[in-house]
Amino acid sequence: MELLERFAAGDLEAFEALFRQHQKEVYAWIVRIVRDSGIAEDLTVETFWRIYRARDRFQPAGNFRAWARRIATNAALDHLRTTRREIELPEDLAGAEAADPAVRRETRDRIKQAFFQLPPKYRLVATLALVEEEPYDRIAEAAGISAALVKMRVFRAVRILRKQLNSLGVEVGAK
Amino acid sequence: MSNEENNKEIKELLRQALAPLKDTELRRDLWPQMLRKLDEQPSRVPWFDWALAAVLGAVLLLFPGAIPALLYHL
Repeated sequence: MELLERFAAGDLEAFEALFRQHQKEVYAWIVRIVRDSGIAEDLTVETFWRIYRARDRFQPAGNFRAWARRIATNAALDHLRTTRREIELPEDLAGAEAADPAVRRETRDRIKQAFFQLPPKYRLVATLALVEEEPYDRIAEAAGISAALVKMRVFRAVRILRKQLNSLGVEVGAK
Repeated sequence: MSNEENNKEIKELLRQALAPLKDTELRRDLWPQMLRKLDEQPSRVPWFDWALAAVLGAVLLLFPGAIPALLYHL
């Protein structure tokens, strides 16, 4: 029996094999959304927990990688929903170090503040599309929505950010 | 300013404040953590399944005549 068939039938060894094959990729996707390595590790485990619980619904002929990425995106989105009020940005990983020193810290903080106040579904697409430069169709597949909807959410996220930044005293282009 | 230019400006500001992650490498095997989670959370029957069973039991006790109808529909 194939690995995916054995997994769907509830074989723990098959699940372990899939876990080991995909954990790095799932983690790498999640950490780019939540931007914190510890949280990303927990969410990777949460993702595989959801995968294991939903094994009955998995079609062995289907694409496990795409399915796992979609579940990972949902887990990350759930996390963004529960932590929306926490505006502090985790100063974690290389991202913070790589930030442009030309942009003053105060301005950066305001941008982060505006960004972390975005509704989670907009924050998700804004992170992936604007910061990580993921293609719309890849984001769409992972989020389970159409590429047109991703584009619309990016547009709305930009509009909200512009308004927020202007209210925080950061000058951004007018409409 | 066009949408395209506006997008670009916001994108640049965001990328200056929140640079794309360069290090997305998982540093440890998470399987032991996964195993702990699997051990901690044995599959449980959801509360609403118990509630449904209780309601069904009560109905069958109060209306035993419904048993043949129930069996017919199973």
